[in-house]
Amino acid sequence: MRTDDLEPAGDAIREIRRSGDMRVPVRFTGDDELLAAMDDKVREQIENVARLPGIVGAAICMPDAHWGYGFPIGGVAAFDPEQGGVLSMGGVGFDISCGVRLYKTGLSEAEVQPRKSELADALFSAVPSGVGSEGKIALDVDGIDEVLRDGAYWAVRRGYGPEEELELVEERGRVASADPKEVSNVAKRRQRAEMGTLGSGNHYLEVQVVDRVFDEPAAAAYGLALGDVAIMIHCGSRALGHQVGTDYLAVLAEAARRYRIPVPDRELACAPIGSPEGKRYFAAVGAGVNCALANRQVIGGLVHRVIGQVFPGQRPRLVYDVSHNTCKLEEHLVDGKPRPLYVHRKGATRAWGPRHPGLPAPYRDVGQPVFIGGTMGTFSFVLRGTERSAALAFGSTCHGAGRAMSRKEATRRWTADQVVAQLDARGIALRAASRRGVVEEAPGAYKDVETVVDGAHRAGLSAKVARLRPIACIKG
Amino acid sequence: MAGRASTFDHDADVGVRGEGGTLGDAFCAAARAMFSIMVDLEGVRGTEAVPIECSAPDSELLLVTWLNALLAEADLRGMVFEDFDASIAEGRLRGKAWGERLDPARHVRGVEVKGATLTEARVVRAASGYLAQTVVDV
Repeated sequence: MRTDDLEPAGDAIREIRRSGDMRVPVRFTGDDELLAAMDDKVREQIENVARLPGIVGAAICMPDAHWGYGFPIGGVAAFDPEQGGVLSMGGVGFDISCGVRLYKTGLSEAEVQPRKSELADALFSAVPSGVGSEGKIALDVDGIDEVLRDGAYWAVRRGYGPEEELELVEERGRVASADPKEVSNVAKRRQRAEMGTLGSGNHYLEVQVVDRVFDEPAAAAYGLALGDVAIMIHCGSRALGHQVGTDYLAVLAEAARRYRIPVPDRELACAPIGSPEGKRYFAAVGAGVNCALANRQVIGGLVHRVIGQVFPGQRPRLVYDVSHNTCKLEEHLVDGKPRPLYVHRKGATRAWGPRHPGLPAPYRDVGQPVFIGGTMGTFSFVLRGTERSAALAFGSTCHGAGRAMSRKEATRRWTADQVVAQLDARGIALRAASRRGVVEEAPGAYKDVETVVDGAHRAGLSAKVARLRPIACIKG
Repeated sequence: MAGRASTFDHDADVGVRGEGGTLGDAFCAAARAMFSIMVDLEGVRGTEAVPIECSAPDSELLLVTWLNALLAEADLRGMVFEDFDASIAEGRLRGKAWGERLDPARHVRGVEVKGATLTEARVVRAASGYLAQTVVDV
């Protein structure tokens, strides 16, 4: 990406001044090396976002930004309904509320290593994964409506995880804006057998070890210590979210035409926040968020059962559950005044700083936990939200390593056997539904997650707390 | 099925491309390219036919609508499709998809496609007839 005309605006922060029909400046975060390696399309897309009606503050790229659908993945933008703000499907994507949940198992690496294979087999068997996989819960349309209204509460009611976990899920397990009526029957029927499934692609379930602590007080608040074994779950709203995205891409494309919104890229299909189409989309996205929260809660319940079987008497404890493809109504300061804004985070994680009123009590002094997944063979990170992020990026940070290479290129470079051997040499047990998926997700196909996390840390979007090393990985 | 199916590089996801003598053939080849991401189609039998109808105001949106309609039908029926037929006139597509129930024990699985996007969407006349392409989110 061209970077010579970006203006320094702080450590690991660069900006493009507002010009022409841009309504706000563009802000990039991350070190120069990451910015230079980004595709030119990232810049083109984030400049287009800066042209959308009602955008406030800045259009912001996270350090892991890459070329997306209208919005860059790793893009954040907030819209004011009183300034003609819009809701855009590209700012949320197809996998609504895809996110990461982290459990502390209460076990040490010394306890788990001798039984790692048994644990990996049990997790792979308990959590359905891969193309066409089905969960053990069969629902009719009315049953799906309950999921869409109640989110993680629905799953806890059915015995998936303890009630005290709900406090530790973003939105406390459920968003109130959800309206199942705004989700099509096709979307609901597609979800009938998919609750509690992992999916495929970059979704995974990993057994990890805390191998470095950067911030002792925050790690202690999150209950994490060196040598602890954790379980990280990365997945989203499954077929229901995909179909909501599909359905509303057409609705919002038509709305953009009807309301004569000057959309620089048709992928930015959008509708005014207060329009019937905008209201319907926001209610449907809320339903998608609840579906994802319920899905991760079900998988969390399955993790509880597996740990209880393999290590009798052991109970995992939820650290937190974050989402990274969302649009949420939040209050933020604009020109020093609090405003209700619709914050789009496409491939970006909400990261509230200390003392934010929305945080659960145990984390109020240190900030919200944020989980950054690496690749199958590299570290993942626990970060914490910072106060500075509120001013820089509406309380947001990065979400993952970001791909450095296309899936096709990965299949040209490696074979499944090579990737499995590589992981085995690093002490990582892999269980996967698809050999091709293994190659496409090869660790070498991703950017260096540490560079991304360091960029977010230096820019002040979030602060490093702990590093997690994978010892077993379940892939779809 | 007439037409040539292929995939092309995209940063995070995969581009699907169909080329054929008619617009319908190009759409069918793009569909085959999309399903080849999900399952190795060599092992899939076209024993069951599913009718598909859709419409859109322009050809790029029609391509995306067709691909998304196929994804939804495959998911609802627990199937994977390997062969296609499509006739297109005045923004309306009438077609069929042939496939069978997905069997993880027999079929070689790839990765799920979440949806067809408008990224890099192009439907144009080409030397050999028509080219239809777009990027799918995986």
